[in-house]
Amino acid sequence: MTDASTPQGGGCRNAPVLKERGQREVFCGLTGIIWLHRKMQDAFFLVVGSRTCAHLLQSAAGVMIFAEPRFGTAILEETDLAGMADAHQELDREVDRLLSRRPDIRQLFLVGSCPSEVIKLDLARAAERLTQKYAPAVRVLNYSGSGIETTFTEGEDACLASMVPVLPETQERELLVVGALPDVVEDQMLGLLDKLGIGPVRLLPSRSLDTETAVGPNTVFALTQPFLGETHAALERRHARHIPAPFPFGEEGTTAWLAAVAQEFGVSRERFEEATAAPRARARKAIAAAAETLAGKSLFFFPDSQLEIPLARFLARECGMQAVEVGSPYIHHAIHGPDLDLLPAGPQISEGQDVDKQLDRARAARPDLTVCGLGLANPLEAEGLSTKWAIELVFTPVHFYEQAGDLAGLFARPLRRKGLLKMEAAE
Amino acid sequence: MKLTVWTYEGPPHVGAMRVATAMKGLHYVLHAPQGDTYADLLFTMIERRDHRPPVSYTTFQARDLGADTANLFKTACQDAVDRFDPQAIIVGASCTAELIQDDPGGMSETMGFDIPVIPLELPSYQRKEYFGADETFYQIVKALAAEPVARTERVTCNILGGTALGFRHRDDIREITGLLADMGVEVNVAAPLDATPADIARMPAAHFNVLLYPETGESAARWLEKTHGQPWTKVVPLGVGATRDFIAEVQDLAGTTAKPDESQLRLPWWSASVDSTYLTGKRVFLFGDATHVMTMARVACDEMGFEVAGLGCYNREFARPIRQLAKEYGVEALITDDYLEVERTIEELAPEMILGTQMERHIGKRLGIPCAVISAPVHVQDFPARYSPVMGFEGANVLFDTLVHPLVMGLEEHLLAMFREDFEFHDAAGPSHHGGHSPKPLEEAMAGQAASEPAAAEPGATGGDVVTWLADAERELKKIPFFVRGKARRNTETYAAERGVTEISVDTLYEAKAHYAR
Repeated sequence: MTDASTPQGGGCRNAPVLKERGQREVFCGLTGIIWLHRKMQDAFFLVVGSRTCAHLLQSAAGVMIFAEPRFGTAILEETDLAGMADAHQELDREVDRLLSRRPDIRQLFLVGSCPSEVIKLDLARAAERLTQKYAPAVRVLNYSGSGIETTFTEGEDACLASMVPVLPETQERELLVVGALPDVVEDQMLGLLDKLGIGPVRLLPSRSLDTETAVGPNTVFALTQPFLGETHAALERRHARHIPAPFPFGEEGTTAWLAAVAQEFGVSRERFEEATAAPRARARKAIAAAAETLAGKSLFFFPDSQLEIPLARFLARECGMQAVEVGSPYIHHAIHGPDLDLLPAGPQISEGQDVDKQLDRARAARPDLTVCGLGLANPLEAEGLSTKWAIELVFTPVHFYEQAGDLAGLFARPLRRKGLLKMEAAE
Repeated sequence: MKLTVWTYEGPPHVGAMRVATAMKGLHYVLHAPQGDTYADLLFTMIERRDHRPPVSYTTFQARDLGADTANLFKTACQDAVDRFDPQAIIVGASCTAELIQDDPGGMSETMGFDIPVIPLELPSYQRKEYFGADETFYQIVKALAAEPVARTERVTCNILGGTALGFRHRDDIREITGLLADMGVEVNVAAPLDATPADIARMPAAHFNVLLYPETGESAARWLEKTHGQPWTKVVPLGVGATRDFIAEVQDLAGTTAKPDESQLRLPWWSASVDSTYLTGKRVFLFGDATHVMTMARVACDEMGFEVAGLGCYNREFARPIRQLAKEYGVEALITDDYLEVERTIEELAPEMILGTQMERHIGKRLGIPCAVISAPVHVQDFPARYSPVMGFEGANVLFDTLVHPLVMGLEEHLLAMFREDFEFHDAAGPSHHGGHSPKPLEEAMAGQAASEPAAAEPGATGGDVVTWLADAERELKKIPFFVRGKARRNTETYAAERGVTEISVDTLYEAKAHYAR
């Protein structure tokens, strides 16, 4: 069903991986709250942490769209650090206040932070106690978004993994699609699966608590995000089976992802063609516009979200770019393997980070485009390197066919700008 | 434990970063877990800095705890000194590292560096950003400017308090440097902004200090006075009256009668001109850091003719002078860092204008009250490309524009009143000029927009073709973010019209999207 084949010179599955540790220029897992709270409209995310956590969320959210957002930080103070029993009582009081003010909240996530982990504040116990108190009106779960435990998108992973044990049990053969996607993209995906005759389809996370997402031995699941290692493991513990596939970025990635699911559900080749031919053609056309700018350009990924490997595959194969280095905070072969197979051999694959050394490599390579975090982007631009902010890739709809052109466009824009700006005096 | 949704100040180590990033030749080694590097982007994005903040983070993770976090710190410290070759380093811990008690200060002092190592103790669970900045600058000055230096022959002063991410610090320092030059006073060192550790060591040569930002420079000013006998200015030269008071204070300290040039000062006439009568008696609410609120209250009242409806600050360290000032204006002071409390107070007082921070700008938008930003916390907009001080005489000119900008102009206000009954000019529409639109929940606004747009679009330019949106496509269109929806609709209709398609389906929508993709 798909023409995605291993590149001639081989893929990157067995390429040597440069493993580094040192200073990491990455966000912690708390950042995921920014998109998770929008996805789950009946959920509140209560970080138990410090002023730094609150400041991070505010800075990462960038704009304060809501007066009372569905996330907040219970800031630990000197008195909380003195005795544990006290901290639990304080937390109960804050939750009490919060839930009485926000009756719309059905799910409450207690989110652990670096300080709460270091003082070993037992949020699992707190979640259990609060669930008993507020059930059935409110479900209380906990996970860690701390920097000592999670890197950026691993926060979403930890959140989804915390939901798996409380999913109802089912014996039905169902497809579970895992990963938070913007609603518009999710609807497109559901439309495609519907056209393929695949169903019932369940979602994790679902938009609200009252949907029919369940899991069991006949569940097969597909990941839409490459950073869901813990959730993957939690679902396997519930005896669900993973459908390995490249991630649905670009025309080829989307087709390969759908094909893997279609194959699992025995969809005929004809039906697959019928359902995907038009959007595939559209996606190719849309990508082509940006690919003109991108083709032949070199590319360097700093580690950020674990989207790096699938995106490098997309940019190399569908946009004609040449990856110099592809850095990822973590590489899980079970999850990233299919994309590594397709990524043409050549780039240095790196895991983890020692940012100063990596900056040295980027400066030496002088790539045409560097994908990096916001802390590095302007300094690199000032050195004459074009950059793409990595965070936009997790905040913007980029999955599946109809976004393929947008995705390519995100990378093309910095290069187009470079071509447009002319400040020299006319001769 | 206190639930916080939005904060006015970051943790104290961010204050230390504001000092380190402002300076040159100084490096900050911060014992901190993975993720605390988020603070870099405040400087590189909001301030558009073209260099990374000079901060090395140890980046410890869970697996390092109890094993070798101390060693991690030593390595990071050594690497930073080797790589960046700083003239001095400051070392400290963020909130999490404070809990694991590795004692970065003690460790770094035993490492045998031949440059000054300045340890910082910033209690993360008690204090906040301004304390961190003030304390850091004080520790740097204390460590590097301990030795006496002969006074300069000519009268010079230091300018204290400018930091990275400060509200207009870059331009204020330039403006006040010019003002002082007009009076024959040279600037010896301006710090922390743009100073090196070597410059800090030269600070005792100045005859006196000009303290522009008490929040971030007062401890250093007091120490310099005590140690080197340098008096410091108490007036912050923000606004016409305060600038004139400041000039008198400097004349006194410098022993001169020289006066700066006032010929470019326009605020007094702009305020006195006919158009500005509409400003008279407008009720304003002020909130921000204490220094900007106190100085701006005087500008609002005495130099614009506004009435102070209420005021407050988020930095508790300055509660006393703020309360005193509030009493003078006959209002109650609001001392809080609780954003929701600020919003409640503004709603109750219903002022006609807010002079606040970027956070009050959001409150203003929601409540339909115009807002001018006068204080940090800052936003990318607070770093304009143009020269835009708020201190000194040019600063006063800038303030006039800043305060008038969110309001409708004098004549415009009369016209609005005149046409009030016309259906286009209903109250809810608000002035078209800026910001002050009536608050409308997003959903409602979008529903209104959808309802006012007929399902069938107006005939296209090509002739009488009517393009119809199928229900599915219409629904799909609504999923597109509202700020690009109009463009998507137009593009799709143009695309359909050009191809003679009369019914727009979801496919047409996406065909068009692909067609216009860039």
